[in-house]
Amino acid sequence: MRLPRPRGPFSERVFAELTRPDPRPVPYDVPSADVVSDEDTQVALWALYELAHRGFDGVDPDHEWSPALLTTRAEVEAVLDEAIAGLTTPAVDRVAGDPAHVAAQLLALIDDADDPGLARYLQREATDEQYREFLVHRSVYHLKESDPHAWAVPRIDGAAKVALAELLYDEFGAGRPDRLHSTLFARALEGAGLDPAYGAYVDVVPAPTLAVSNAMSRFGLHRARRGAILGHLAAFEATSSLPCRRYSAGAGRLGFDARVTDYFDEHVEADAVHEQLAIRSICQRLVEQDPTLHRDVLVGAATCLQLDALAGRQMLDAWEQGLSSLLDEPQQEVA
Amino acid sequence: MTSGCRVEICPGGPALVRGADEVVDSAGAVHATTRPVVAVCLCGRSQRAPWCDGTHKVVTADAPAPSVAAARDV
Repeated sequence: MRLPRPRGPFSERVFAELTRPDPRPVPYDVPSADVVSDEDTQVALWALYELAHRGFDGVDPDHEWSPALLTTRAEVEAVLDEAIAGLTTPAVDRVAGDPAHVAAQLLALIDDADDPGLARYLQREATDEQYREFLVHRSVYHLKESDPHAWAVPRIDGAAKVALAELLYDEFGAGRPDRLHSTLFARALEGAGLDPAYGAYVDVVPAPTLAVSNAMSRFGLHRARRGAILGHLAAFEATSSLPCRRYSAGAGRLGFDARVTDYFDEHVEADAVHEQLAIRSICQRLVEQDPTLHRDVLVGAATCLQLDALAGRQMLDAWEQGLSSLLDEPQQEVA
Repeated sequence: MTSGCRVEICPGGPALVRGADEVVDSAGAVHATTRPVVAVCLCGRSQRAPWCDGTHKVVTADAPAPSVAAARDV
């Protein structure tokens, strides 16, 4: 994968340091606008996190542990954490109570979440161009589906670990490479006439979509946030089955290839299982084992719900105005 | 002797079934399991019966009594 285009002075400097043999820290000036919607911040952070996922052509793989780049990343993470706290604290405060009832609190959080109506729109109204845009947005995460949650495995123990392994085994194909969920999504992209390559569309997705992915990396890469990444997983799985039914119906309405409907049909059934595992067997057990993780589980879940809603609203707002929800295509490079 | 099949009832939700090869629905039709853990619908409203599709979350409290599918280990 190639480094994306920079979107401002910070990402330009970060990408320049990434290609140096000995990167230097890049000072981060807190943007005046909301960090979740700040293109320059989100694309820089996405690239810094990708060092821990698939890496980039022309970037030394050892830079994943470059102290200078980690220092830079930590500066951005501090600002992102503040934004996440602002987005999630009211909802978390509303449901948080006795840690013994974390499963019920997660369900309340999910029930209360603001649904911008993306799934309903895709089912009933979206044009095929808008549906393709939706797949492009989703490709940023779905081509590494469950990878950020897998980082929690060595950081937890007992019943919660067993349940997480059971869920991930299913996500990662249950022993069959052709059923790996990220591969199913790549096939769905192909079925819609889109590029299935990892990272192919990073240059055209806007900041809120990158923020969805960045929040998962933020939680998944830090042992201290193991509660948050598993709370995120619970909210993600519990808000998947019903929307996936709508996405599948929308793809059918628009006459998309069966590879598109197959992906969402698989997730109607799989995520009905995963929802139960994630809420009851992973998060409930995790908090029983370590009640100090209680609040962070709820913060992770609320983060998933809030950022998904923001990304969905960005798409719907653009479409409502008759615009594309994607950024302009990058300029063709002169060979 | 245990077969290794295990059924876990989720309050207000489906039954998680591990280790079953087939699930027989209320009409007697046999459905092969395709994943290590399956969620079997207990609310009777799933559109992908016998598998849970999350519909129980939108079913009202006064919904009709559930039809419980039987898990069969072969």
